[in-house]
Amino acid sequence: MSTEQWATLSNNAVAAATVVFGLACIAHLIEWSITRQVSGADTSRAETVGAEIARPARQAVSAGQVGAFDGGQDAQSRRELAGEELGADEERVARFGRLGIALTVLAAACLLVGVVSRGFAAERAPWGNMYEFATLGLLVVVTIYLGLVRFMKAQWLGGIVTGFAVCMLGLAFLAYVPAGPLVPALDSYWLLLHVSAAATAGGAFTIGAGASIFYLLKAKAERETPEDQRTGYLWRLPSSTAIDRLAYRVHAFAFPVWTFAALIAGPIWAEHAWGRYWGWDPKEVWAFITWVVYAGYLHARATAGWRGKGAAIIALIGFATFLFDFIGVNLIASGQHTYSGL
Amino acid sequence: MTELDQKSDGRDTARTRDFARTAPPLPPLQFARWFWRQLTSMRTALLLLLMLALAAIPGSFIPQTKVDPAAVVRFGRAHETLTPIFDRLGLFSVFSSAWFSAIYILLMLSLVGCIVPRTFVYLRALRARPPKAPSRFDRLPASASYETDENSDAVLQRAAAVLRQKRWRVDVDAVAGGSGVVRAEKGYLREAGNLTFHIAAVGVLVAVAIGSLWGYKGSVIVVEGEGFSNTLTQYDDFSAGGLFDASALTPFSLQLDRFDARFEIDGPQQGQPREFEARGSYVPEPGAESAPFDIQVNHPLDVGGSSVFLVGQGYAPVITIRDGEGELVFSGPVPFLPEDASYTSSGVIKVPQSVPEELGFEGFFLPTAVDVNGVPRSAHPAAANPALALFVYAGDLGLGDGLPQSVFALDKRGLTQVRGPDGNPVRLLLQPGDTAAIPGGLGTISFDGVRQFARFQIGHSPAKAIALGAAVLGIAGLMASLFIRPRRAWIRTRRRDGRTLVEVARLDRVSGADLGADVEALVRDLRASSATTEGSATSEGKADT
Repeated sequence: MSTEQWATLSNNAVAAATVVFGLACIAHLIEWSITRQVSGADTSRAETVGAEIARPARQAVSAGQVGAFDGGQDAQSRRELAGEELGADEERVARFGRLGIALTVLAAACLLVGVVSRGFAAERAPWGNMYEFATLGLLVVVTIYLGLVRFMKAQWLGGIVTGFAVCMLGLAFLAYVPAGPLVPALDSYWLLLHVSAAATAGGAFTIGAGASIFYLLKAKAERETPEDQRTGYLWRLPSSTAIDRLAYRVHAFAFPVWTFAALIAGPIWAEHAWGRYWGWDPKEVWAFITWVVYAGYLHARATAGWRGKGAAIIALIGFATFLFDFIGVNLIASGQHTYSGL
Repeated sequence: MTELDQKSDGRDTARTRDFARTAPPLPPLQFARWFWRQLTSMRTALLLLLMLALAAIPGSFIPQTKVDPAAVVRFGRAHETLTPIFDRLGLFSVFSSAWFSAIYILLMLSLVGCIVPRTFVYLRALRARPPKAPSRFDRLPASASYETDENSDAVLQRAAAVLRQKRWRVDVDAVAGGSGVVRAEKGYLREAGNLTFHIAAVGVLVAVAIGSLWGYKGSVIVVEGEGFSNTLTQYDDFSAGGLFDASALTPFSLQLDRFDARFEIDGPQQGQPREFEARGSYVPEPGAESAPFDIQVNHPLDVGGSSVFLVGQGYAPVITIRDGEGELVFSGPVPFLPEDASYTSSGVIKVPQSVPEELGFEGFFLPTAVDVNGVPRSAHPAAANPALALFVYAGDLGLGDGLPQSVFALDKRGLTQVRGPDGNPVRLLLQPGDTAAIPGGLGTISFDGVRQFARFQIGHSPAKAIALGAAVLGIAGLMASLFIRPRRAWIRTRRRDGRTLVEVARLDRVSGADLGADVEALVRDLRASSATTEGSATSEGKADT
C-alpha cells in the first residue's frame, strides 16, 4: 500500500472508532437508565466479599421482599410475577452491558488499526503531534479499561470511558493534521520512549480519574443514603473501598511511568536536542506540576484526614493538570514543545 | 452520647481554649522541637508539595528571563503597570525566586527530617523479630480458623515451612501444652524502596543545584565559512552559575564549513524542516589535531566536558556597502533572525564608518520572495528566490556613547529615515547580484549572495550523570515502595476438645491487599500440605470482612 492509502485507511478507521465508541456509550447509558428502574440488586457483594474492612452488610432488596410488603393472599403469585419482571430487567441490563463492551472492543480494534496505519502512512512512530498523541493515548485508555474488565470486572467504568473516548476523538479531529514526517528535533529514538511512556501514563491517569469520580459518588451515597433507599446504578458498583483500591492500583502503575516519561526520558532527550535537561519550558512546568500533584495523591493516601475523599480530589486535580499539560499548553503557551501541528 | 458526656466535652474544649489563650509562649527549644515535628509531618509535606505545584503555575504563563528573555522584554512593553509589580515579586524568574526557593527548601528539610529517623527505624526493624500476635484474631481485618487432629507442633512447623517457602520472615513461639504462635512478616523492601526514592529525590535536587552553580550555557551564531573559539567574548549570550569560573571554559575552537537545511518541498507539510546538518572541523584544544564534526539536532558534539548543540539556523545575506565617497565601508555576511516558519528574517546593518553620514539598514530577508499585494513575503523557508527588503536610516547610530547595543536593533534616536524624491520612505528591494544606490548620494549597497548560519548552544552542566543515576535509582525505589506490600501474618494453635484449633490472621499496614483471599489461600496451603493426616477436620473457613 502507498502512504496515501495507509493515510486514508487510518482516517477511516479512526472515524469508524469514533462512531462505534458513540454507540458503545449509548449502550452503557441505556444500561444505566434501565438500572434506575430495577431495584438495587447488589451485584458488588459477590465480587468484593472478604475484601474490605468492616463494611456494613448491605441488605440486598430482593424480589421476595418487594412482594412481602403486600402481605395479601396473592403475595405468592405477585412474588413470582415481580421475580419474572425483575429477571427480565436484569437480563436487559446485562445485555446492554455486554453490548457496550462488545462495541468497545470493536472500537478499540478500529482505533488500533487507525494508529498502526497512521504509522505506516507517516513512516515513523505514530505519535509526533497532538492528533496522534490523542489517538495513541486513547488507545491506551481503552486497552487498560478492557484489561480491567477482563481481570477485575470493571465494567462499571464503561460509560465514562466510552464517553471520554468520544470527546477525546472529537478533540483529536479538531487537531487533525495529515500524516507526514517530523521536524528534525523529533527525529530521535527518544520519541519512542518519551512519548509512548507519557501516553501510557496519561491513559492510566484517565482511568484513575474515572475511578476516582465513581469513588466520590459511591462514598457519598454510602454515607448519605439510608439502607432501604439504595437502588439504582450506584448500588451495582463495587463498594467505595474496592473502587478506591482500583483507583490506587491504576495510579500506582501510572505514577512511575509518568516519572520515567517526564523526569527521566524527557530530560535525557532535552539534553540531546536542546542542550539542557531541564529548562522550565511550559510543557515541562506542567509535567512537573502533574508529577507533584500525583505525588501528593500518594502521600495523601497515607495521611490521616486526607485518605479517601481528599486523595480522590487530589487525583482529579492531577488529571486536570495532565489534561492542561496536554491540551492547554499546546494551545495557549508557547515553548519548545510546539509539536501539536496546529 | 449522654447529656453528661456532652457537658463534660463542652467544658473540656472551653478549658482548652482558655489554655490556648493564656498559655505562655513555648520556650525556644520546645518551640524548635514543635516546629520540627510539624515540618517533618506527612501533612506538612503534602501541603508543601501542593504549594510547590501551585507556585510553579505562574512560571508557565508569565515569560521567564531564563527561558525566553525576548518574551520578557515584549511583555514589559505590553504591560507597563504590571511589569514593575511582577518584577518585584520575582514573577519573571519564578524558579529562582525567594518564595519558590522557600517552598522547596522547606520541602527538602521536611524530606530529610522524615528520611533520617525513618532510616533508623527501618534499620532497627530489619533486626527485630516479626511482631507479636494480637490476642484476638477476630478483631483483625481478616482471619479464619479450622480444627484438625494434628498436634500443635506439627501445624506450627508446617506453617513456618509454608511461609518460609514463600519468603516470609518467620518466628515460632511454641508453648508446651499444645499451643503456640507463628509470627511472620514480609515485604521489608517496601520501606527500603520508599527511603531510596526519597534519598534519590534529594540526590537529584543536589545534582541539579551543582549543575546550575558550576555550569554554563551560551549561544553563538556562526556563519558558513566562519569560526568560533570558546571564550566569553565570542558568545552572543552567555549565562553561568554563581560558582562558575570563566577560565574553566574548554579551550576548543571550531570552523563551520557547510550548513545544510532541507525542507519539505510540497505536500501537506510543505515548508516543514526535515534535516539540519552543520559540518566543519574543530580543534579540541590549542595545538591539538583538528577533527571533522557533523552536528545535527539530537546529535551534539562533545568536546572535553562541553557539548555543542545545534539549536537554530537561518540566513546571512552577504552584503557590500560603499559610502558616498565610494569607499568600501562594509563587506560580509549579516545574520538575519528568522521570525516565522517560512523564515521571513529580520536584521539590521550598521555602518558607522560611512561618510558623509553614518548609515543604518533595517529590514527583512526573504528566502523565497513572493509579492503579495505589493508587500514582499516569504513563501517557503528554502532559499529558492532570496530577496532583501531594506529601509535606510542616516545620521548618528549612537555607537559612540559607549552604551552596549544589540546588533539586531537600530537605536533610531539619532537617525532619520531616508526618503525618496516622492517623500515616501525608501525601500530597497535587492536580489543576489543587485546593487542599489542610496538616494541623496549616501552610497551604494550590493547583495552579493546568501550564506547560512548555525546557532550553536554550548554548555556544560556538571553532575548530570549523578542526576540521571539518582533519578533511575529513585524510580526503582518508587516501584519497590508501590508494588511491594509489607505483610504480617500470624498462625496460632490451641487445644480444644482434644483437637487442635488453628487460627490464621493477616494484617497489612497499607491497605490495598485482598486480605480475605490471602487468609483463605494461607488456610488452603496449610490444609493441603496436611491432607494426608487431617482426617475428618471440620472447617470454619471464615473470612471476616
